[in-house]
Amino acid sequence: MNDVLSAGRVQFGLTIMFHYLFPVLTMGLGVLIAVLKTIQLVKHDEQYGIAARFWARIFAITFATGVVTGIPMEFQFGTNWARFSHYSGGVIGQTLFMEGVFAFFAESSFLGVFLFGEHRVRPGVHWFASVMVAAGAVVSGFFIVATNAWMQHPVGYQVVQGRAELTSLVALLTNPYARWQYPHVISGSLVTASMVMAGIGAYYLLARRFEDFGRISLRIGVIGGLIFSLTSLFPTGAKHGENVARFQPVKMAAMEGLFETQEGAPLAIIGMPDTAKRTLMDPVYVPRLLSYLAYGDFRARVVGLNDYPADLHPPVELTYYAYHIMVGLGTIFIAIMAGGALLLWRRRLYSARSYLWALMLAMPFPYIANHAGWMVAEVGRQPWIAYGLQRTVDATSTNVSEGMTTFTLLGFMGLYALVGLLYLFLCLRVIDRGPGTHTEGGAHAVEAWR
Amino acid sequence: MINQIWFFVLAGMLVTYAVLDGFDLGVGVLHLLLARTEEEREAGINAIGPVWNGNEVWLIAAGGSMVAAFPHVYASAFSGFYLALMLALWLLILRGLGIEFRHQVDNPLWRQAWDVTFSLASVLLAVLFGVAFGNVLRGVPLDAFGEFQGTFALLLNPFALLGGLLSLAVLTLHGAAYLAMKTDGALQARARRTIGGLWWLVLVLLAAMVASSFPVRPDFADNFLRAPVLFTVPVFGLACLIALRASWSAGRDGRVFLASAGTIVGILGSAAVGLFPRLLPSLAGTDGMTLDIYNAAAPPQSLRIALGIYLVGMGIVIIYLTRIYRVWKGKVGRGDTYRL
Repeated sequence: MNDVLSAGRVQFGLTIMFHYLFPVLTMGLGVLIAVLKTIQLVKHDEQYGIAARFWARIFAITFATGVVTGIPMEFQFGTNWARFSHYSGGVIGQTLFMEGVFAFFAESSFLGVFLFGEHRVRPGVHWFASVMVAAGAVVSGFFIVATNAWMQHPVGYQVVQGRAELTSLVALLTNPYARWQYPHVISGSLVTASMVMAGIGAYYLLARRFEDFGRISLRIGVIGGLIFSLTSLFPTGAKHGENVARFQPVKMAAMEGLFETQEGAPLAIIGMPDTAKRTLMDPVYVPRLLSYLAYGDFRARVVGLNDYPADLHPPVELTYYAYHIMVGLGTIFIAIMAGGALLLWRRRLYSARSYLWALMLAMPFPYIANHAGWMVAEVGRQPWIAYGLQRTVDATSTNVSEGMTTFTLLGFMGLYALVGLLYLFLCLRVIDRGPGTHTEGGAHAVEAWR
Repeated sequence: MINQIWFFVLAGMLVTYAVLDGFDLGVGVLHLLLARTEEEREAGINAIGPVWNGNEVWLIAAGGSMVAAFPHVYASAFSGFYLALMLALWLLILRGLGIEFRHQVDNPLWRQAWDVTFSLASVLLAVLFGVAFGNVLRGVPLDAFGEFQGTFALLLNPFALLGGLLSLAVLTLHGAAYLAMKTDGALQARARRTIGGLWWLVLVLLAAMVASSFPVRPDFADNFLRAPVLFTVPVFGLACLIALRASWSAGRDGRVFLASAGTIVGILGSAAVGLFPRLLPSLAGTDGMTLDIYNAAAPPQSLRIALGIYLVGMGIVIIYLTRIYRVWKGKVGRGDTYRL
C-alpha cells in the first residue's frame, strides 16, 4: 500500500463488498418471504408457513451479519473520507439519515416481531410484519442508491463556500441517474434471492430430504429467477446503460473497452483491453450494437477513451472486466432459469437431476454478478468521488495516515474472515436441519435415515 | 435558530441511544456475573433479543443526522478519533454476533464462548462511550481550522477514564434495572441486589466527575450561571437518582427502570446544556478552533430540509415503535426463545 488514498480505497472496497454479500440477499429474500406468507394466508396452506419460517432463519442470520458489517460503512465516510464528508455531508447526509429514520427502524423492529413474536400476535399481524421487513429492506436500499446516484450524477445542490448545499430534496430523491439504477439493483437482489431459494430447494431434492419443502422453494425460486433475470436485462439494465452513456460517457467507453471514437460502434462480446497500446486485443464484435444500446440508434457516434483526457479515465481493465462478467452471467442466468421454467411447465422439474445439480452449483454466481455490477458503478466513476465535483484524491482525511488505515484494513480482513466463516457455518447448519421436525418432510427424513 | 434546534435534535438522538442501547449494554455487562444457569442466560438474552438491533439503529440515525447537520464535526471527530472509533466498530460487530450466534448451536462451549464475547464487548463499549463523553467535555486538541491534532494515548487522560468508569457504572445499573423488570426468579433477585450496591458507586463516581469538571473545563458552568433555569436539568437527574433508590426500596421494578432512564437523561442533558453551543470544544488553555453549531454546520437550506425529514420520520417511527414495544410488554416467557 503506497499511499493513504490506495489504503483508504482498498479498505472501503473490501468492507463494502463484504457487507453487500448480505443485503443483496436480504433485500430480495424479504420480498420472497412476504410472498410465501401471503400464499400461506390466502391458501390456508401451512406448508408455505413452514417454508417462510425456514427462510426467515436464513434471513435472520444474514440480516444480523449485514447490520454489523454495515455500521463501518457509514463510519468510514467520517474516518477515512473526512474531506468528502465535509464537502458533501449537507447533501448525502440527508439520504443516509433518511435511511435510518424511514427504513432501518421499520426493518429492525418488525423483524423482531416477525422472528420472536409469532405466538404473541395474530396471523394477520405476523403477515404484516413480514411485509414491513421486506419494505424496510427495499426502502433502505433506495436511500443508499439515492446517495450513490448523487455521487454518480450530482443534482439538487449548489456550491456555497466550497461546500455542496442541498437545494431540493425532491431533485435528490428523483435523481434521473437513480431512476433505473435502483430498479436494477433491486432486480439483481431478487435474482440472488430467487437463485439461492431454487438452489437450496434443488439440494433438498437431490439429497432426498424434506422434499415437500424443497419443491416449494424450487418452484418459487425458478419462477422468481426467470422473472427477475429478465427484468435485470430489460428494462432495468438496458435503460440504466442508456443513462450511463448519457451522464458518464467516459465510464461507458471504459465498460466497453472503446478507445476510438466511432459512428456505428460495435459491441465487444469478448476481448482484452490493452491500455498501453490503447486497443482491445482479440475482440469478438457485434457490429453497431453499442451505438444502438447506448443511444437507440445503430449509427450513433460513441466517443472513445482516446478523446477524453487521460486523467479522466477510470481504471479501464477493472471496469471492462467487471462489466463483461456482469452481463455474461446475467445472460447465463436467463438461460438457466428459462430452462427451469420449461421443465416446471412440462412437470419434469423435480426429477431432472442434472438440472437440479446445475441450479445448486449456480448459487454463488448471482453474488458475483451483483458485485461486478457495483464495481462497474464505483470503479468506473473514478477519478471522481462526486462526479465532476470532487476527486477521490481530494477526499481523504488529512489527519489519518496510511499506516493507520493499513492497520485497520488488516483488522477488518481478519475479523471479516471470521465473520464469513461463521456465517457459512450457521447457514449450512440451518440447511442441514431443514425446515423443522414437526413437518411431514422431517418425518420422511428420519425414516430415510434409518 | 435552525442551528440551535439541530443541536438539541442531535443531543436528543444521542440521549435516546444512550437510554435504549444503554440497557442492553448493561445487560451485557451483567450477563456473566448475574445469570448463572443456562436458563437465566437465555432469559437475559431473550429480554433484549427483539429490541437490541432497533436500539442500535439510533446510533446509526444519530450518525446520519450528524453528517447531514454538522458535517465538519463528523469529519473532524471521526478522523481524529480514528483508532478509537475502529475499536468501537469491531466491538459492536463482535457484540452483535455474540447475541445472534449464541442460540445457533446447542453446545455449552459454543454458548459460553459467545457469552464471554458479548459480555466483554459490552463492558469495553460502555467504557469507550464514557471515555468519548469525557473527552468531548474536556475538549480535544484542535488546530486553528478545527482539525484534530493529537494521539490516541492522549484521549486516555484521567478525566476521560473517570467518564469511562461512570458510564460503565450507570449503564450497568440501567441494565440491572431492566433485568429486574423483565425477568423473574433468582435472576431477578440478583439483579435487584445489584442495583442497591451499584447505586452508591454511581453516586460517588458522579460526584467525582462533577467536581473534577470544574478545573478541567472552567467555563462549563457559564451557561448555568447565565440562565439559572437550566439548573432544572441536573436537578432532574439528581431527583431521578434519588427516586431510583426510593423505588428500589419499595420494590417497584418498573419505576426503578424509569428512574434510571431519567438519570441518564439528566446526566447527558446537563452535559449538553453546559456545552451549548459547542459541539467539540478545543482543549482548555489552547488556541484551537472550537467546533460549534455555527462553524461546523451544513448550509442553512440543508439544515431546514433535514429538520423536515426528521420531524416526519420520527413522527412515523414513534407511532409504530410504541406499538411494537407493547408486543414485548411483560416478563420474558419460555415461548420467547428464538431457536434455529
